[in-house]
Amino acid sequence: MKIIACIKQVPDSEAKVKTEGGQVSWGDAPLVINPFDEYAVEGALQQKEASGGTVTALCVGGESAKDALKHALAMGADDAVLVSDAALNDIDTVGAARVLAAAINKIGGADMVIFGRQTLDNGAGLTPAQTARIIGWPMLGLAGQIKVDAGSVSVERVLEEGRQTVSAKMPVVLSVVQSIGEPRYPSFMGIRKASKATIPVWSLADINTAAPAPVITRTELTTPPAQEKEVEMITGESAADIADKLADKILAEKVL
Amino acid sequence: MKTFVYIDHFKGEVQPASWEAIGLAKNYGTAVALVFGADTDEITKAAFEYGADEVIVVDDAALTDYLAEPYASTLSALAASSSPDLILFPTTARTREMAAMSAVDLSTGVLTDVTGFEMNGDQFVATRPIYEGKLLEKTVCSGKPVMATIRGRVFPKPARESGKTGTLTKGVAKTDTLSTAHGYSAAESAVNLGDAAVIVSGGRGVSNNPSLTPPAGMDEKQAEVWRAQQGFALITDLAVLLGGAVGASRAAVDGGYITYAHQVGQTGKVVTPDLYIACGISGAIQHLVGMRNAKVIVAINKDADAPVFKQARYGVVGDLFAIVPALTEAMKKKMGK
Ligand SMILES: Cc1cc2nc3c(=O)[nH]c(=O)nc-3n(C[C@H](O)[C@H](O)[C@H](O)COP(=O)(O)OP(=O)(O)OC[C@H]3O[C@@H](n4cnc5c(N)ncnc54)[C@H](O)[C@@H]3O)c2cc1C
Ligand SMILES: Cc1cc2nc3c(=O)[nH]c(=O)nc-3n(C[C@H](O)[C@H](O)[C@H](O)COP(=O)(O)OP(=O)(O)OC[C@H]3O[C@@H](n4cnc5c(N)ncnc54)[C@H](O)[C@@H]3O)c2cc1C
Repeated sequence: MKIIACIKQVPDSEAKVKTEGGQVSWGDAPLVINPFDEYAVEGALQQKEASGGTVTALCVGGESAKDALKHALAMGADDAVLVSDAALNDIDTVGAARVLAAAINKIGGADMVIFGRQTLDNGAGLTPAQTARIIGWPMLGLAGQIKVDAGSVSVERVLEEGRQTVSAKMPVVLSVVQSIGEPRYPSFMGIRKASKATIPVWSLADINTAAPAPVITRTELTTPPAQEKEVEMITGESAADIADKLADKILAEKVL
Repeated sequence: MKTFVYIDHFKGEVQPASWEAIGLAKNYGTAVALVFGADTDEITKAAFEYGADEVIVVDDAALTDYLAEPYASTLSALAASSSPDLILFPTTARTREMAAMSAVDLSTGVLTDVTGFEMNGDQFVATRPIYEGKLLEKTVCSGKPVMATIRGRVFPKPARESGKTGTLTKGVAKTDTLSTAHGYSAAESAVNLGDAAVIVSGGRGVSNNPSLTPPAGMDEKQAEVWRAQQGFALITDLAVLLGGAVGASRAAVDGGYITYAHQVGQTGKVVTPDLYIACGISGAIQHLVGMRNAKVIVAINKDADAPVFKQARYGVVGDLFAIVPALTEAMKKKMGK
């Protein structure tokens, strides 16, 4: 089975993100593989273990994103591809989906393309379904469990209201959530292999596509007003005494 | 100006932000509510009462259970034939998916999780949090219709006017699909963190009550989960009293104390209730990004140095097994319940 895992590189959660000259800046905070996409790689590796085949990690991003791809290789992916092009600077989510679809075609298609649920940075949560729509494959979103049987894939979607079972014939696009299982740690062997890997970099010309014109553009970037958060510690003689004071405070906030 | 408002529901249970979207749509002219599914009379009635000028109902057996492709195709066809300027949705797992696909069909874009919306000249400008809420961006969409999913509990909910009606139109379903829905497995108790005004959450601390003796024959792990369930029972009592929902940290979910649907944080839900009570949660950054925009945060933790206190309005250093039930009792008295 041929499996592609789509991953993005994002600033770490701990990063202090600010605006600088109208642009986003995270100083020298580390860039990491988008945490949700570690689950995508994990899901892909599980499917490979169950059915055999290969896992290719795919990323659209800058040169630095090679590190995120190396993380996927260290986890156990067989190979990795970076799509990078100066013309991608202002692409939007649909644009990213078009580029991913073109790259998937260039790779030669797949039986399964697995996405994360959402990115930490832009966080639209749209790319998987848009990629599916563009390449015309079925979309099985928010999978917490994946089963493959005779060319069909059946997933349990983890929704707020419960788990919905949905199935489709391969090839399919999937997005996965945390219930798929904790991402494995890179092995020592994996890290060695990844550090030696040369990751091919494809331009838009390499994947036979033009830069998609953006429909969504950012007009302003601001830092949300800092909230005054002076904590007031509630103390007392006993639990009941503390609870009594705390209850008064909560009621005085008029939030109930 | 004409706005489509997609009314998202699960087996007849409407996401309240759908009504908030009708309220927003009315600022710009006509609001046309879209109701998909089977047996939707009650929803249609409510849509009129919340202010929809027109309701388009697509009542088709093929749309009984939500499925991305037919829902998206039906929406795209309706939009193509009546050219709305704007399509609004409440932000849910379903709407992100169908809006994403429809935007591809209609060659436009989707602005997700929108917390501010205005008109500038003849352009809609949406504000949305990015980088886990560390920044806000204003964005515009040059495609038509503009599509936006709004965050719940941000825009005012219109008053419901009993008996109000409007134009009822029947729409046609596009039932072509590449996937098949097979129904729902034993539904986890409906957890609707996004719409909850109050959330009481538990973390790893809920399993930490050595004085509780678990039933005989349990191994260590089973005893831990059993203890945690006693802790979550106390948290649930408080949540129910306050009309709220139960949340959890990832440590509680990973520990098997409670299901993933309850998880708040980076890899769970981002929530903005009026009141968030964190019990036995240390306050790791991945948890904080999911709840720090709550209006009032209360933290109950044994450890005076727990980072969660830095985000809290009120803090109690103490054992949640003593404080939480005492707080439930105190609130009961003061609320006259
Ligand atoms: C105004 C604007 C400006 C932008 N400028 C740039 C820019 O300068 N340079 C640039 O590279 N991009 C740019 N982008 C694109 C953007 O960074 C994302 O790659 C794209 O919009 C995907 O959307 P998202 O991050 O919301 O992903 P989501 O839809 O939240 O992601 C869901 C899943 O899709 C997959 N995925 C998402 N993005 C990628 C990716 N890039 N590669 C592989 N898989 C992915 C992951 O599996 C992820 O979990 C811009 C977008 C906008 C809206
Ligand atoms: C990629 C990634 C994504 C993540 N996503 C999330 C996410 O979405 N949500 C999330 O929550 N975490 C997430 N985490 C995990 C996060 O880093 C923390 O590990 C987690 O939040 C800790 O949960 P906790 O506070 O319940 O447990 P702990 O950190 O173990 O804290 C338990 C707290 O309970 C207190 N305590 C113990 N007993 C009692 C008692 N009897 N009474 C009162 N207090 C008591 C202790 O003092 C302690 O502060 C993520 C981590 C990573 C790496």
